[in-house]
Order: sequence, then structure tokens, then C-alpha cells
Amino acid sequence: MSLETIDIQNRITEAFGAEVLNFRMEQDILTFEATPAVIKNVIRFMKEDKALSFNFMTDLCAVHYPDNDIEAQFAVVYLLHNWVDNVRVRVKTFLNGNKVEVDTMTDIFAAANWMERETYDFYGVKFIGHPNLKRILNDDGMTSFPMRKEYPLEDSGRSDKDDRFFGRTTNNYQPK
Amino acid sequence: MSDLLLHPEHRFAKILRDHTPEDGRELSVLNFGPTHPSTHGVFQNILLMDGERILDADTTVGYIHRAFEKIAENRAFYQITPLTDRMNYCSAPINNMCWWMTVEKALGVEVPKRAQYMRVIVMELARITDHLICNGILGVDLGAYSPFLYVMKYRELVYEIYEEICGGRLTTNMGRIGGFERDWSEAAWRKLDEFLEGFPKAWDELERAYLRNRIFMDRTVNVGSISAEKAMNYGFTGPNLRATGIDYDVRVAKPYSSYEDFDFIVPVGQSGDTYDRFCVRCAEVKESLKIIRQAKDNLPEGDYHADVPDYYLPPKEEVYTSMEALINHFKIVMGEIPVPVAEVYHAVEGANGELGMYLITDGSRTPYRLHFRRPCFIYYQAFAEMIKGGMFSDAVATLSSINVIAGELDA
Repeated sequence: MSLETIDIQNRITEAFGAEVLNFRMEQDILTFEATPAVIKNVIRFMKEDKALSFNFMTDLCAVHYPDNDIEAQFAVVYLLHNWVDNVRVRVKTFLNGNKVEVDTMTDIFAAANWMERETYDFYGVKFIGHPNLKRILNDDGMTSFPMRKEYPLEDSGRSDKDDRFFGRTTNNYQPK
Repeated sequence: MSDLLLHPEHRFAKILRDHTPEDGRELSVLNFGPTHPSTHGVFQNILLMDGERILDADTTVGYIHRAFEKIAENRAFYQITPLTDRMNYCSAPINNMCWWMTVEKALGVEVPKRAQYMRVIVMELARITDHLICNGILGVDLGAYSPFLYVMKYRELVYEIYEEICGGRLTTNMGRIGGFERDWSEAAWRKLDEFLEGFPKAWDELERAYLRNRIFMDRTVNVGSISAEKAMNYGFTGPNLRATGIDYDVRVAKPYSSYEDFDFIVPVGQSGDTYDRFCVRCAEVKESLKIIRQAKDNLPEGDYHADVPDYYLPPKEEVYTSMEALINHFKIVMGEIPVPVAEVYHAVEGANGELGMYLITDGSRTPYRLHFRRPCFIYYQAFAEMIKGGMFSDAVATLSSINVIAGELDA
């Protein structure tokens, strides 16, 4: 592997300064965050820069964090892959819960088209500049965004499946 | 009723209204799907046609969306495997194994070599069944039914092998965290031998029926082509990408489950058309057979599962006789498996491309977020562009050859 993670980090930090932060390894993938203002330029830079040349968008999805501060309630996660040096990088951008908007990547990677539509469909993330931002898997007439955490999967009135009876809390992992 | 076939606000409706036939040629709209025999699944293509030629296409998906990602957020880890079965149901074991490997990555479980080799065998069997369906159906859609039936017998045999391994056939729900639920039976190995002996002959017959067949070549060469640059931009992976000449294969790029131990080549095509996709799949089937033979012959001694009592169900005899085993069994079945905070992405080479699972856990007993990177959902968006300007019958051939599985498309 000729493209080391430290080089990737240096090159991106050099170009974007404080707008990109929190570089770390999540298992085997370099992960960092970029502000929504620059995310599009970051992705474009990563694709077009000769040294980085992340030529392939593997994945795009969103995550909802309702317990976060309002500025960071949604994350859009991009997974890019450089096939020549065989390196993956994950880029995240956190969005404001009141203004869930981010620039589209469709003009950089055509693959982003449906993935952004899917993300809009399930999380209500508006991709500014998307050519055809409408629901893809759900019905057009739907008004809610079903993958958001507040959207219940089952009837919330059910009492027979209360997790408390099984001793469950949100975080019950006890490292040994 | 005819006006109900197209929504009045659809962009094609406007084109139809504005179109003035100068030479007497009228445009028409054709609904290809949702339930058309050659879509092999429920998805719709609204085609704007000039006679038999396709001017424009609008692909509509989502008819069998089952909210797997949402359901997964409310299920214990072992209860998510049956959901993955139902994505690409032509090669369910690959999905199962991808899920277990994702969980193992999050938990840091080391799988014994023997179990890894067994996984390789079952994944390659799944790849073969997937490719034989895809290539066989391509022939069926072009009017050649019999070669498909030559190989069907061997798919049945593979399903019998699955049945020996896990009890399931189509939707397998195979394996556990760390390996398999039981060691493979004598019958499973015997049937595998039977398959390795008989299948190559049947496959050669299928290949011979199509490969240099004038009619087949006329119908597939230069049909539904896509260039390498476009394919890459559209997120193609798997045989469809390799048919354009790019040799990206997850098994080689980032080997998992000991794929680095095996000697195989990654076949590539040249022009990215339907014929090349067919040829790449034919060559991959042979490579898969090679891998299975190597894995079977060099199968290491050892255990068929990892030694992880917290995640792996104890043997039934112990459950009935010892307290610890009973408690462990109960905890695992109730989904009370502690999973550390983790964020992992694991990709395998699925039968139709890079199948990835992106798992975020927050320390609770269900995933916080689970996203499936479904290869055919991503490359199917290029379909409209691939068929534009061609004949309708070419669209059918193209659709069959890109191997779109409705279950995986809609999740």
C-alpha cells in the first residue's frame, strides 16, 4: 500500500484546515469528519487530487442521533475507495436537526443519485442540487421519514414486549 | 382506463402531449413490469417508445421493500441473519456469511481456519448457483429454454448440500457467530463430491449451447454496453464491472475468510456488453469450482466454530445437564449478547457485486444502525442509460444479464 493513512490525513488537512477534524481509525478504515459547508469540496478534492484519487463511491447513508445536540443530529456517511492503492476512507458530515440539508454528490459520482434518494426517503435529508430528489423505495404519498429513531416499528402501546422485563437498558455492555 | 397507465404529471406524459407526429410516427409509453415475466422480480420500467425503439426509460423500484434496516435496529444479532437471506435469495449463504463476518469484526472473534475454509466452499457454491441462474435465465429470455434445465439439476444438488449443512434450502439462515452450527455431515461431503464430478460437464453443455451460437451472439454482442468509466462512476461492482475490463474483486482486494490461500484468477471482459457479462460469469463459475476443490483438498483440521461461549450456542446435551450452558443458551436465545461500541464495514464479493454491511453498535443488544450496501440497487440506476436507443428485446436481454434481484434491490 503506497498511500499511507497519515499522508491522506496530511493532504486533506492541508487543503481544508479546521473544516476537517477527528481523524481516527475505526477498525480498518480511516474515518474523519467534515463540516457540511465543505463536504462537497472535500469529496471532490479526494476524487480529483492526483495523490489521493479516491475513484469509487462505495456507499452513502445517513445515521440519526436524536440524543445529540441539535447541530449534530444527523450524520451523512460517505465511503470512498481508491482502487489503485486499495484504501478505503469514511467521511462523515453532521447536520443540524432543524435544517437537514447537504450538497448533493451526484455531479461527482453518478452512483450517489439513488443512494441520496434512498437517504432522503428514509431520513428526510435534503440533498441540495439533486436532479430528482423524490422517494425511491417508499410510497410517494408518505409524509414521515421512517428510519428516524422517533418512528416506532411496532405499536408503542404494547406492554407485553417491554424491554425492562428483560433487564435491558440502552447501554449494558460490560467490558470484561 | 388507458390514461391511468401513466401519471398525467409524469415527464413522459408531457413529451407525449407535445409530440407532433410529422411522418405519421406516434410515440407510445410501455409499462415494462412490475409483473412482467422477464423482469424476474417486481420492478417497473416505464419506457417511452418510438415503435420498437426505446427513447427514454424511467425505472421505478420499491415494490417489495420490507424495511430490513429498520427491523434490524430492533432485533438481536442472530435474528438479523434471516433478513439477509431475503436480499439476494439466489445466493443467500453469501449474505449470511457477510453478516456473521461483520458481527465477528465488531466483536473481535477469531474464526478457526477450518470454519473459514468451509465458509469459502459454501460461498463459492452460492456464487455458482447464482451465476447459473443468471446465465441460464439470459438464455431463457432469448428463447433457449433447454440449457437452463441441464444445470437446474445441479442447483437442486447444491440446495441439498445446504440442507445437509443447515436445514434450509433457499433462505438458508446458515451459520453462527464464529462458524457453523454443526460439523458437516458425511452426506454433505458426499454430495459435494457428486456435484464437483457432475456439474462441470453440465456447465460445459450450457456453455457450448450459447457461447458460439450465432443467434445468441447476435442478440447479445454490443447489446446493453457500458464503458468502464461510466460503470465505475455508477458504482458497478462484481461481474458487471469486470465485464467492462476492470479487475476489481473484493476477494482479491481485501481477502476475507482466507481467500488469500487460494489460487484463482479474476476473469475480465472488454466491452461491458451482455455477451461479455455472460462470458465473465461462465469463467467465474470455473474459478469457483477451482476454489472449492482447493478448499476441500486442503481443508485444515480443527474446529468448525470459534471458542466463544458468550456468543456461540452450547451443545444441546450440555444445555440439559449443566447450569452454565443452560444460562448461556437462554441468554443467547433471548438476544442478550453484549456487543461493544463499534463501527465496522465489512464487504464480501457477492454474486453480483460488492455486498457490504455497515454496522454501528452503541453497546445495546441491537444494532444502532445497520446499512446494507446492496450492489444491484446501486448499479441498477444505470439501466435506463444502458437501454436507451436500443430495441425493446435488447432491454430484456440487458436486464437478465445484469442480474438484478428484486429482493436485494428493495431490501
